[in-house]
Amino acid sequence: MVPQPDNRFYSWLPFVTLLRKEILRFRRVSTQTLLAPIVTASLYLFVFGATLGDRLSVLEGFSYAQFVIPGLIIMGVINNSFANTSSSLFMSRYLGGIVDLLVTPVTPPQFIMAYTLAAMLRGLLVGSVVLVISFLFATLPWEYPLLAALMAMIASFLFAQFGLIAAIYAHNFDTLSVYTNFMILPLIYLGGVFYPISILPDPWSSLSYLNPLFYLIDGFRHAIIGVGDTSFVIAFGVSATIAATLFVWAAWLIGKGYRLRS
Amino acid sequence: MLLHKVTTIVIVHIMNALEITDLYKEFAGTPAVKGLSFAIPEGEIFGLLGPNGAGKSTTINMVAGVIRIGQGQVQAFGYDNQKEYRHTRRLLGVVHQEVVVDNFFTIDQALEIHSGYYGVKDDPAWRNLLIDRLGLRPHLGKIMIKLSGGMKRRFMIAKALIHRPRLLILDEPTAGVDVELRHGLWDFVREINQQGTTILLTTHYLEEAEQMCDRIGIMHHGEMIALESTHELVRKLSNRRLKLWLEEPLPSIPTEFERFAPSLENGGSILQLNLPAGESAGSLLGQMCQSGLKIRDLETDQSGLEEVFIQLTGMGGGKNGSAA
Repeated sequence: MVPQPDNRFYSWLPFVTLLRKEILRFRRVSTQTLLAPIVTASLYLFVFGATLGDRLSVLEGFSYAQFVIPGLIIMGVINNSFANTSSSLFMSRYLGGIVDLLVTPVTPPQFIMAYTLAAMLRGLLVGSVVLVISFLFATLPWEYPLLAALMAMIASFLFAQFGLIAAIYAHNFDTLSVYTNFMILPLIYLGGVFYPISILPDPWSSLSYLNPLFYLIDGFRHAIIGVGDTSFVIAFGVSATIAATLFVWAAWLIGKGYRLRS
Repeated sequence: MLLHKVTTIVIVHIMNALEITDLYKEFAGTPAVKGLSFAIPEGEIFGLLGPNGAGKSTTINMVAGVIRIGQGQVQAFGYDNQKEYRHTRRLLGVVHQEVVVDNFFTIDQALEIHSGYYGVKDDPAWRNLLIDRLGLRPHLGKIMIKLSGGMKRRFMIAKALIHRPRLLILDEPTAGVDVELRHGLWDFVREINQQGTTILLTTHYLEEAEQMCDRIGIMHHGEMIALESTHELVRKLSNRRLKLWLEEPLPSIPTEFERFAPSLENGGSILQLNLPAGESAGSLLGQMCQSGLKIRDLETDQSGLEEVFIQLTGMGGGKNGSAA
């Protein structure tokens, strides 16, 4: 007897398939999506770790390498989580491939979560490799490793949502690059990756507290070295609130099919 | 012994594969689809024709879920495509007008992924059957960007069928493909239709639509202006031309035949008449005999869907070129 094909509908399968496809997508172009950011982060580590690491100190009791490494890790997480959702969804919109998803039973929550988890995986993978490479340059105290992991996950989740939002609002590649070059990059650089904001004179120091990325960077560093410019609870609370807000925004856009369905 | 004869009456209820009710859509204040209603029974091959901008693709995209519905309702196999979209989308397969492929993957990978999107586990036997039937086997290892235009079209058909949909929507699937592929594709479409898949298609090629479709709907300016079985549509709306070779040449056309748009050729020995829909050729020939015309031979020629289309939409243009 010829077995009948399994033609049943498995409601979880669209999500798993979309997640798998998104992971396959960034793996297929891993030179661009994994290797390049790791090389960039390694160069930062070399410059700030090997050359300046022992000669500078911006925080008492810690070498500059120990200070800067958590910031470089979270920078890798942020950039790559954002890049994954924004480029994947924008390319789908731009080249028309999004139609292939719109006609399927993939639900908006499945859509968001598949894109988000793939972006988090890429961001955290890059962050983990940067962390491993950093062992060559400094030994970190690892005060609260679980909280550090939690902050890294919030950072990757938050920027995955931001990537989705940017991909939906962007009209072309130029607009998309505005988000990266004129928003994320300045906010990262001014958010305390390379220096503690407490060493800045006013009003720059006070203004830095308005930078949402400061809380992600400071919270992550605080969890690793045990000290920060603000309390961990505040850093965590602000970061989690922003992440939740962006998630609701992205969910609303995708649920509505804004700029996805005409 | 008394024999009781029992007659069983079986009532077969044919479900509508697609039911569209008062569908309306506008873009920036310009109506694209205006109160469209029609149904396609399960098992049918239905052709949706119309000139460019008639609203066919907008209608199809509303059915598929790519475009939001302005007003009205779309049901596929009894499921509402807005409220129960997971059911309807699982049952539909769509071949879009634009070639859409994912350049990151090979044919095999992409088909497996598409099956999963629809919540259907990969069935290698079915996947391989589609690959073979659509001539994709020699190109399996190539990523999409390396495929020719024709191969991408074939892949799109395989992609639309990979989850075994019950309604296959083909939006100009043969646009820009060679004759061999067109014939192969239509043969395949007929085959899957015979196996139970309902087909909704639009095409530029009216001859193909005439040969393929059980029923045809013609859209114009967002409205359905004709909806009939293909045979009825052609019969009702097309003119038959009657060409008569006469035993004795006529010096002039008899007045009683003027309403048939007559013309005389070959020195009056050939008389050509238009036979309007509903007019019997037999009664006309009888009338001719009564008038004393002696007929040596005759030939009839019936215009096809293309002429019907032009007549209804007022669209001229070359053969195979104006329908969609």
